[in-house]
This record gives sequence, structure tokens and C-alpha cells, in this order.
Amino acid sequence: MREVAVVAFTQSEHSGEDQGVLETEILAPVIGEIKERTGLTRFGFTCSGSCDYLQGAPFAFVSALDTVGAWPPISESHVEMDGAWALYEAWVKLLIGEVDTALVYGFGKSTQNDIRAIFTQQHDPYYLAPLGVDHVSLAAMQARAYMEKSGAKDEDMRAIAARSRAAGRGNPFALDLPDPADDAGFDIAPLRPHDIAPLTDGAAAIVLAAGDTARELCERPAWITGIDHRVEPHSPGARDLTRSESTRIAGEKAGAAGVEVAELHAQFSHEELILREALGLGDDAAVNPSGGALAANPLMASGLIRIGEAAARIHDGTASRTLGHASSGPCLQQNLVCVMSGEK
Amino acid sequence: MANSCAVIGVGQTQYKTKRLDVSMAGLLREAARRALDDAGLTWRDIDAIVVGKAPDLFEGVVMPEVFLADALGAAGKPLIRVHTAGSVGGSTAIVAANLVRSGVHDRVLTLAWEKQSESNATWALTVNSPFTTSLVVGAGGYFAPHIRAYIRKSGAPEHIGHLVAVKDRENALRNPYAHLRIPGISREMVESTPMLWEPIRYLDTCPSSDGACAMVLASEDAAKKAPGKPAWVQATAMRSEPMGFVRRDNVSPQAGKDCAADVYRQAGIADPRRELDCAEVYVPFSWYEPMWLENLGFCGDGEGWKLTEAGATAFDGDIPWNPSGGVLSSNPIGASGMIRFAEAAMQVSDRAGEHQVDGARRALGHAYGGGAQFYAMWVVGSEKP
Repeated sequence: MREVAVVAFTQSEHSGEDQGVLETEILAPVIGEIKERTGLTRFGFTCSGSCDYLQGAPFAFVSALDTVGAWPPISESHVEMDGAWALYEAWVKLLIGEVDTALVYGFGKSTQNDIRAIFTQQHDPYYLAPLGVDHVSLAAMQARAYMEKSGAKDEDMRAIAARSRAAGRGNPFALDLPDPADDAGFDIAPLRPHDIAPLTDGAAAIVLAAGDTARELCERPAWITGIDHRVEPHSPGARDLTRSESTRIAGEKAGAAGVEVAELHAQFSHEELILREALGLGDDAAVNPSGGALAANPLMASGLIRIGEAAARIHDGTASRTLGHASSGPCLQQNLVCVMSGEK
Repeated sequence: MANSCAVIGVGQTQYKTKRLDVSMAGLLREAARRALDDAGLTWRDIDAIVVGKAPDLFEGVVMPEVFLADALGAAGKPLIRVHTAGSVGGSTAIVAANLVRSGVHDRVLTLAWEKQSESNATWALTVNSPFTTSLVVGAGGYFAPHIRAYIRKSGAPEHIGHLVAVKDRENALRNPYAHLRIPGISREMVESTPMLWEPIRYLDTCPSSDGACAMVLASEDAAKKAPGKPAWVQATAMRSEPMGFVRRDNVSPQAGKDCAADVYRQAGIADPRRELDCAEVYVPFSWYEPMWLENLGFCGDGEGWKLTEAGATAFDGDIPWNPSGGVLSSNPIGASGMIRFAEAAMQVSDRAGEHQVDGARRALGHAYGGGAQFYAMWVVGSEKP
């Protein structure tokens, strides 16, 4: 199989409040920076991830294309998913061997709408959505099931939130969130406000390259040694919510065992525990040194950022084998695992 | 370097205004089951699923592939959702083909659909994004000025669009899945319908359809085991250009020309009119046939309407366009591009029944979307490339 690597990663300084800018204005500097960083202005392939409902209008990706500057016309595609899946599509394209570079980006402005109301409309429209249950309520149900089965306590969840927020404060791109409050009440029990990923606006971009082109563009490319994604049935009643079977399969296919750093797209504290088990991560693996989604969760870019952050540990030489994970759908329904290595 | 890929199964649903007998899941199941049966496979044989549809506002479900995962037979498998506006059905097929061409998978199920009766596409296409002006026009209002520009530039007589409207509906009478089946369709009938967006009359436009289309794509080894004749993917290409750009040619966009040039180069085609046996081209408004004849290099600039008028694109012409009846006869938007790709595959694998073009060995599938800025095309043939 052709060698493909993450050779560059950029992200916006994410915001938890509306900055009065458009999605495209969040994206534009990120695209500009990655072009400057790689010295590339044209890519063999371009692929993006976004969600129209975040904007409340169709075709969010159309105005983003204007931002990218697709002239002369480019070879381009889009997934209505997190940018991590756009990266997967680009990886497949690079494997074929017709192009050597790909630009991947994801973006979303969560603050301009009511995320809980929107993602209620993600559920089965005939049976589940009419109940009005939002994604946080479903996550709370999953947290309850997991805590009862595993014996995990409120303090375990709080420790994850505290560690993530502290790491996020050390990450110039993540939000500046305080330690979990001692008297934090429940949002939807057993989830407290700090157990829930914050509303975040942001964008991210990655450049993939193949073979010698990757070596020319990056001193220490993060070679993709395995990438896989799986989906599970939609209905929460059709799954064992205490486990993430799709993450387990994707992790095995991608070769997740023995990574030093794992960037997990855990949007709720308990999800980190479920994902750790699914991926077989031991205590020796550093989880979410960037702060993870609990410190900044720009929807449709957040999974791509996990891959970018995991790649960055290889780029800067602080790790040689890392993992980025992305999730989609209620209660971790769909999961992607990308394993990278500094050696090839 | 790429592995071979073939279409080994095609499945379509009945296209109609409202499919009240099925849910979205049921609609997709119907297309998928027909494609699997055609390929002689079961759900178990499928390695991955690639699904496409146009904007989520069309049905009012956010990222609906998530709730459809079960119906798509995707549980435990990879599932990707592609969205490239009106070209999405074509792009989705190409993403699926790439999964085979790259060697990642052997058998991929790809589907595209729209169940427009569960919302209102013209409304959804009219909603303005924050801080921008809504034209409140739908797709026809957007494209009508470009059609008028074409008429002015090319000097085409005003009846050309009506000829296409009649021709494609006549073809649809041979296609059992077509939505609009209008016996006795005539130029007078088209001309008597109301003007919607000048010069587009009611019957110059596509209908709003519920429907789904599915294909099974397979590697060379898997194609050998298929019961039917494979349609080999000889070339694929995608191109996009910005919407807001002063140098854009809205009548004959550069991205369409580049995409066509790329797909012909890969397939070794120098003269598409002579070397292709038929074409399924995305013509949602009748005037787009002469416009795309020029954009796709079937003739020179300003000559497209002459080909249409001379009957070159008719079912018995030298280069039949849209023998299935095309988008003008069935338009489940997200599926419309994939239907073009699938119909092209059906032609070169003798699957097209009453609308089979005699001796078709090589065909073009074409889709476009957005403000005529997204393009997806493939060339399929009866011979392995």
C-alpha cells in the first residue's frame, strides 16, 4: 500500500462565544496558514467536512470553497460529516496513486444556533426524534449505564474533566475553561456541566502527502499506518451502550495497540472511559494532551483536530506512535481511528 | 496503478412525487435490495457503504445517514456520507469506486436518494445563510439568467428547449422507473404550460421526485464471480470552482470543461461525439442539453442547439443523450447524479431493457451541482480498461 502521511496541521484559535464572524471567516486564516506552511498553493485533491444545520441553511461547503480559492478549478469533494472522514476519503484517493497531495479541512460555528435542538433532528425522524430527546440526554443515559456497570464514580468523571480543562488551558487553540466547580450541579444527571463538551466555533486543516513528497514537505511526517471507521445501529436500544463496538473494530483494524498518545473525540467525560476500554489503552498512553473535545469542540472539525494533534506529537518528535479518533452520531454511534507513526 | 473496478449490480426505485408507502429507510432498502439481487450478493458480502444525498434541509433530518445506518446494512461496517450538492450522486459513486480502485475494499454498496415529499426542496434551496441576501428563487430562478445568456450568445431559436423537453419525456416512456410518463407529449403541450422563470416553462423543468438509486461496485476478482455482465469504470473525474468569482463563465463553466477533458484523457477519448455510444447527462432544465453539449466538447461553442435541433441526441440519433428520460423525467435530487452514472453502466452492460441503445459499448455519466460549479463524471465501458 502507498505510504501516506500527515505533513501539516493548522487550526483556529477556537472560541466559545460568537465572535461576529462567518464560518468562512473562521476558516480563511487556517487555509492561508497551511498553504504558507507547506508552500503549496495547489493540491492534488481537496476534501472538506461540515454540516449545513450548523449554519441553518443549505450548502455550507459552497461558500467555504470560495474561501479556499478554487481557481483554476480543483479536484474536490465534501462529506457531510466531521473532517476526519474527509481525511479518510482523501487518504483513499492518495492510495490510488494519481495524486501526491491533499488538502483536508473541517469547520463549524456552533454558537450561532441551539446545538441541542439541532441534534435532536439527527435522530430517527419517525420514532426517536418526535420524543424530543436531545443528544445530551442520550449521552446521560449512556453515562448512567456505564457507571452502573463499571462502578465508575462521579469523581472519576470529574477527574477527566479537570485534566482535560487543565490541558486545554495550556493549549493556545483550546478554550480557557476553569477547573470544575466544587458545587457543580447536574446538567442532565449524571452529567454535570464540565462533563459536557463546550460550545465551540472553529476550523482546522490538514495536508496529506504520499511517499517522497511527504518527506520533502515535512522533516518528520506522521505516516498513517492504519485507518478504519465503523458504524453501529442507530437506536440506543439496539446497542450495549456501555461499550463501543465500532471503536473496538476500527482500533483493531487500524492497529491501535501500543500507541503512546491518543487524542480521543470524547464529547462527554464518560465517553473517554468507554473509548479507552474499546481501544485497549493502558495507563502508559497519554490521553488528550491537547485537552480534547472537553476543552474545545468545534463541531465538524473536532475529530480532524484529534488526528492533527496526534500527528503534531510525531512532527515535534515527542512521540513516535500516536492515535487520533473521531466520533459521530448519538452515544458514540460512529467512530474512526487513525494510527500514525514517525517510522515507516 | 489503480485496481480495476466494475459496476456489477444496479437497483432503482419507482420515481414519483410521493412515495407514501415507504419511509426513507424503506426507499433505500428497495434500491439496495435490487442492486444486491442484480449482483447476486447479500448484505453480508458488502465491505463498505458510501451514501450520498443533497442538503439535509430537503428532508429535515440532520446527517440522516446516521439514523439510516441499520437500513443501509452498515452496522459493523464503514459508512461514508458524501454531499457535493446536485453532483452528489456522481461524486458518491466515484468515492465508492475509489474504495475499490485503491484496493481498500472488494465490494462496495453505494446509494443515493432524496425523499423530497418529506420537505420542500424549493424552499430549502431558497433559505439564505446568515448575513447574505436571499434571492427567494429556488434552482430555476438561479439558472434562468444563465440560460438567457446562452440563448443570446448562441443565437439559438426559442423552441430548442422545448425539443429537449419532448425528447427526454418520449424516452421516459421506455423506462419503467421514470416519474413523468406523458403519453402524446408534444412541443405544443410544452409551449402551452405556464412560464415559471423566463424562458423556462413548466414542462421545461424537472419534477420533484422521491426515489433512490444503488450500485454494487466490485474489484476485478469479485466482478468475475458476478452473474451479470460488468460495466467497467474506465475513468472518473471531479472538478469544483468557486461560486462567487467575477471571471466565471456561468454559461459554460471551466470546471465542467476541465472535468470532461480529464475523464476523456483517462479513457483515451479524443472525440466524445464519435467515441461514446450514449450519454446520461444532468439536464434539469431543458436548455441545459445544448449548453452541456458545448461544455462537454461534443461540438464547438454556439453549436449545441444545432445538434439538438438536428436530432443528434435523440434515441435514434448518432449520440443519444438521456435514453432513460433523464433528470427532466425523474429528479430525486441527491440520487439524480447517481442515476446518470447507473444508467450509463446499464447501457454498456445490456441492462437497459426497452431504452437500451443498440450496441452501446462506452457511455458517459455526468452530474453537476451548486451554482453549476461542482462536476462529477465517469466513463464506463463493456471492456476492461
